[in-house]
Order: sequence, then C-alpha cells, then structure tokens
Amino acid sequence: MEARNGVFSGIKIAGFGWAIVGPLTMKYFADYGATVIRVESSQRPCTLRISAPYKDDKPGLDRSGYFNHFSANMFSLALNMEHPQARQVARRLVAESDVVMDNFTPGVMESWGLDYEELKKVKPDIIMLRQSGFGSWGPYAQQPAFGMILAAMAGLPNFIGWPDRGPLPVGVSAYTDCISPRFASAALIAALDYRNKTGKGQLLDLSQFETTLYFIMPAILEYISSGREPSRLGNRHPHAAPHGVYPCKGDDRWCTIAVFSDEQWASLCRVMGKTEYIDDPRFSTLPSRKQNEDEINQLISGWTVDFTPEEVMAEMQSVGVPAGVVKNAADIYNDPQLRQRNLFWPINHPDMGLFTHLGQGFELSRTPAKAQTPSPRLGEHTEYVCNKILGMTSEEFAKLFGAGVFV
Amino acid sequence: MLNGCRALDLTGENGFLCGKILADLGVDVIKVEKPGGDPARRRGPFWADAPHPEKSLYWFAYNSNKRGITLNIEADKGKEILKKLVKTADFIIESFPPGFMDSLGLGYSALNSIKKGIILTSITPFGQAGPYKDYQASDIVIMGMAGILYQTGDPDRPPVQISLPQACLHAGADAAVATMIAYYHREMSGEGQQVDISMQQSAAWFLANAIPLWELSGVALKRAGAFRWTVNSTQRQVWQCQDGYVFFFMVGGRAGAKSFHELVSWMDSQGMTNEYLRSVDWENLDMFKVSQDVVDQISQPIEKFFLAHTKKEIAQGAAERSISICPLSSMADLMNDGQLESRNFWMEIEHPEFNTQITYPREFVKSSQETCATRFRAPLTGEHNGEIYGQIGLSKKELVALKQAWII
Repeated sequence: MEARNGVFSGIKIAGFGWAIVGPLTMKYFADYGATVIRVESSQRPCTLRISAPYKDDKPGLDRSGYFNHFSANMFSLALNMEHPQARQVARRLVAESDVVMDNFTPGVMESWGLDYEELKKVKPDIIMLRQSGFGSWGPYAQQPAFGMILAAMAGLPNFIGWPDRGPLPVGVSAYTDCISPRFASAALIAALDYRNKTGKGQLLDLSQFETTLYFIMPAILEYISSGREPSRLGNRHPHAAPHGVYPCKGDDRWCTIAVFSDEQWASLCRVMGKTEYIDDPRFSTLPSRKQNEDEINQLISGWTVDFTPEEVMAEMQSVGVPAGVVKNAADIYNDPQLRQRNLFWPINHPDMGLFTHLGQGFELSRTPAKAQTPSPRLGEHTEYVCNKILGMTSEEFAKLFGAGVFV
Repeated sequence: MLNGCRALDLTGENGFLCGKILADLGVDVIKVEKPGGDPARRRGPFWADAPHPEKSLYWFAYNSNKRGITLNIEADKGKEILKKLVKTADFIIESFPPGFMDSLGLGYSALNSIKKGIILTSITPFGQAGPYKDYQASDIVIMGMAGILYQTGDPDRPPVQISLPQACLHAGADAAVATMIAYYHREMSGEGQQVDISMQQSAAWFLANAIPLWELSGVALKRAGAFRWTVNSTQRQVWQCQDGYVFFFMVGGRAGAKSFHELVSWMDSQGMTNEYLRSVDWENLDMFKVSQDVVDQISQPIEKFFLAHTKKEIAQGAAERSISICPLSSMADLMNDGQLESRNFWMEIEHPEFNTQITYPREFVKSSQETCATRFRAPLTGEHNGEIYGQIGLSKKELVALKQAWII
C-alpha cells in the first residue's frame, strides 16, 4: 500500500459516508489520486456491504458486489465509533485530513463529537462536506432517506409512466444518489482551491432532495408560470413524432426511434421501404404526424419487430435518424463504446476474484483516472492508516486493538 | 469561491448545466450564442405559455448567473474575436459534434496555444471517439443506450422514458466535476487539458446494482412498474393514499428494521395492524430472499393503512417517527414545502423585461464561507455584447458593423 498518484495526490479525505452517495462522492477523489480513508465498522457496516448480490451467493462483509462495485482505490479504516477511545483516533485522523465528509442522517456526526465546530478545533482549515437526504437542518432533517424515496419527494415520478396509469419510480433504484455527489464534488474541489488560495476551510452542506430539484427545474418554472402540473407522456415528445420505444426480434428486445424533422421522417420511410409515406398528407409534417401518431407507431412496430434492435439502430443511424438499442445490464456490460471509454475496471479482489469495479464517467486527456487498488476489505488498512498516517506506535496500536477500538 | 475565473459557454441544450454549476460557484460564465440566439431558446415550455425566444423556461432554468453574447464563430472575423476572448478565459465548454471545433481551427491544441493552460470541456451524446461517436441522439435514445430506460416502466408495456430530459443533466453535472478536476490540476501544474464527456456514459455511470448483479448472478434487472424486482419477489414501492401516492421501500435487516418497527407501532396505535405484521422478524428479513407470499402478507395491511390517510398525514407521521416514507410531491407541494422553506431554498429573481419576479432555487450548496446563490436571470440574446466586447477593445462603431455583418 502506497500513496496514490493523480491530480489530488497528497489530499486526504476522512470519509464517514456510506450507502451510495458517500462512496460515489469519494470516488471522484479516490480515482484521481486522493487518499480516501473510509471510516467503517463491522458493528455498523455500510448498508451496501450487507446488500446482495454476493460472490457465489454467500453473504459476507467483503463479498457484496454492490459495495465492491463502487469503492475502488479507497482505503478502509475499521473504527468502532461507539467506543470512547475510537473518537480520539477519529480526531487524530481529522487532524491529518484536508476534508471530512459524511452523508449520515444529521446528528450522527454530532453524537461522535465530529460536527464542524469540533472539527475546526482539531484542524482550523478543515473542509467538511455534508450531504444528507434533506440537508443538515429543517423539519425533515432527521428523517432517514433512500434515493428512491427522495426521487418521489422531488416529484420525479410525476414524469414517468403512461397517461392512463399511475406514476412510476425510475427503474434504477436510488436514482437521486448519483445526482448529489456531482454537485457536491464540484463544490468541494472549488473549496479545496479556495483553501489553497486563502487558507480558509469551510462547511459545505447539501441536500439530496434539493439537488434533485435541479433535474426537474423547467417543470417547476412551468408550474410557477402557468399553474400546470406535469403529466405523464408515455414515450411521446411534444416536438417529435414518431418518438418511442419499438418492439424488436428477441425476448424483451426494444429500440428507440426519435424523429424531429421531416428530413428524418423521409429517411426513416426509405429505410422501411415505404417511400409512399414520405409525402402522405397524414404523415408529411410534424403536426400531421402528431395527429396520426398511433397509426405511425403501429406501422413502425410492424417493421421493427422483424429485426434485432442492433439492426434497427445501425439502419437508422446510417441515414441520420436518432435511434438506439434499449440496453439491458448485459448490453451495457458489453457495450463497445463504454468499453472503449473504460467505464468498467476489471480488478482482482481477494474475495471476489477478477471483478468489475466502476470506473469514471468521463475522460481527462492529460490526467486519466486510474484503477490502483480494488475496493477495500473492511478494515484492510487499519494498521497502515494508524501507523503511516496517524503516526501511532505499534504498542499504542496493539493496546487500542486489544480494547476493541478497531472493529 | 471561483471568483476571478472565466468560462466561455458555447454549449447548446446538452451542456447548459455544466456552466450553470460553475457560475453558481463564482465563475464568470459567458454564454456564447450564434447571432439570433441559441436554438434552445425556441424550446418550450414558455413563460406565460407565449412561445418566444426570450421566454423559454428551459433556457431560464439552466442559464441563470451567466452573461450572454452573440458571435458567429464560423466566420473568420468571429473566430478572431473568439480568440481574443479565449485569452481572457480559463474554461471553454462546448457541445458541438466531435471534430467541429477542430474543423474551425479551434481544437484543443489551437486553443492551448492562444491561452496556455486552457481547459476545453466537450459534451457530446457518445464522446469524442469510439464506434458510436457520430450517432444521432436525443434524450430517449441516450437513456435507452445507458441502461436506464430498460429498467423503467410496467412489465406489460414497453420500457418508458422520464418525460423530462435527463441525460443532458447527468452529463452537465458530470462535466462540472470533470472540469473542476482539470482546473485543480492546472492550478497545481499549469497544464490544461481536454475533458471528454459522453452523455451515454454519464447516464450509465450509476445503474445501482445492475452491473454487479449481471456479473455475479447472470440476471439482467427488468422493469417492474410500481414494484421493486428482486430475484425472488416483487415489492411495492408506490402506494396509493387518500389523495395521491406515497413511496415506501421495504427494507429488512439491520438497515430497515427500525423503520418497520416504527411503522407497525404507528399502525398499531390506530388499530390497523394484524398478528402477522407483529410477528415478522424484521432484523432477519432479507429482501433478496424473501418469498412473494411473505411480501404480500406484509403489504396488505400497509396498503390499507396508507389508503386511509392523506399525503400530508403520512409525511408528517413518517417524519416524526423517522420512517423512510415520502409523498409524491406535486409542483404545488414543492413550492409550499416546509423543509425547503426552512432552508430558504426558493428566491425571487428580477425579470425586468416582464416587469416581474420569478421564483428560482437559491443555491445547490450552503457554504459557510461564500454564497453560491443565484444572482441574476439568464441573459437575453446578446444582452452583454456591449460590456464584454468593450472590454476586449471593440468600439461601439465596430459593434454596429459586426452586427450588420451578422458576426454578433
């Protein structure tokens, strides 16, 4: 185990975060060279460590695919924060850190004596980043929150589903968990830069609920302007027709097609071998296509059903019509574009074997993100952190170990 | 926090959020539109339902805190002016098709030779290289290619979209982080670089446990409507109540037992629980192993309980008892939400051209050091041409000529 290389080389982060928002935020820093130390305990394990799927279907704190997917490049310090001496260790970690982050329900860090005012006493220029479900104060602050529920609180399901049926959740559970870390990380890097230039640390407080509202902003403004509540459009779009998801050859295989212009409509008709529809007054303009959308969708479905979604995508794209495969997890796993862009990092993990860790969502030309180590076993780096980062003697470590601090 | 930095935001609708986040963090973001205005200005919905390029609410939502100029960067004179502006900038953000900036002689190396250390952030549907790089796309296409669409919708119908574009927001927010990483590197080393954002990849970055589940179990998660599909059962997530819907997620084991205990005692206090519910060992309930029969027996009394209450009653009761239940908020609910109010989330921004104020979110982060609040509304077309071009030495007379020549 050695120091990391990368953009944030030398930056240390004490990561009290858990579940998904914590690791995804830490990931931006760990993958670019920060020393990110996850403070964990088997007495209160990260919810992902106790979530399926497990390697060989055998549960175990180090065997969860869900946990291990998101935590490459991080260190793990086992610290039972309920133990009074653990809190002293935590304060020493804070003293050595640039950043402390958490996404617990407000009150947890306070109960450990790790609120911002306390942290400042230990490290005056510390940056604390907090991102609970509802933010650190307010009437709902104490409510534990999962991403799926926060998506409802932020109104997202109003936009999902069919006009003749009720609202639906985003199928990817915990959808909002990938929203807050992005806002938070941009702010945290700005805060690090600000500290480098002014010497001042700060407290950053985000609410997952609030950041999710930025993903429906135009609809909020529409309500403010017109009083209109959102409606579910199925797969339709006010400025496109056809616009939808069409059945293809195979089991539960689908493709999307989105036609915004008359030119694209003509190209689509040529691909289908139905040139007579190009100038057909029922379909030749966007307003006429919108009016006859049911009929158009039937015509297209009748054609797509004889092809694989890959074939439909290739044919449509070859003439400039937006279309794509509706990819399932297996398709994503094997997606040639995402593979070429290194979205996935196969890394050997002591319990998982060669296991796909998530990489980064983007590419930096000069300072690419690197897979340096697999997701940590719980407490894997306890001794390393105590010895190398906190400067603990082996006697002291042994004593605390014996007292049950590092579990 | 980033006062003193400047970004030129050349993006269309796929990239607005990146510049918005940077602007809120203090960057002087200048939106560069083609003469006549960005095509996204024609995108609805519109203020007071009046289609007009100065009334697009999509434009308002993601361009506040930015100033705006018009410039035809395809004309030689326009290019020359852009190069002058590049000298004053730290970031260029663009969302043209791959290769377009290069074809204008404005690719990364050209920009870096004008301003050493410049950061060029490029946002495209699939990225700058690779087999899909030239594919045409819209939100539904990208969300399909990113794996989100397949898992969303009712099992008896096709996968269904989120009928409000999302891929551009995942990409825009990711672009803000990536741009900041590149900026941090530049501040340490003096070196700039190109940031390559793929909307597909940004949206596919988070598929929860779908990828590990596929790799370890060979199971590709499917859409399950209002339910959550696990290997052995489907569990209701969306529940009807008296006046709408509430969302509640059945989580057993250590993570969820507390919520279940509280919910059952709440139901008990109203005589709405049953022997079965009281007997469940919540601590050892594994939601991935549990049978459909058990799920159904747990669900039935909960269903009745929710149906007997309003959204507000359930939300308040859940908050008091720290149970993870949330109502499905309408837009009206959001405007009146007590939590948002207590955090001073909404603010009024002047729109002098309509002689009115419009409500916006104040800030996405509360900083103890610097405000990240919205300061001013999105720019009108070419609103800041005079002040910004004046700063790089263009006279009023020159501006008139440039306008006539359709350069600005």
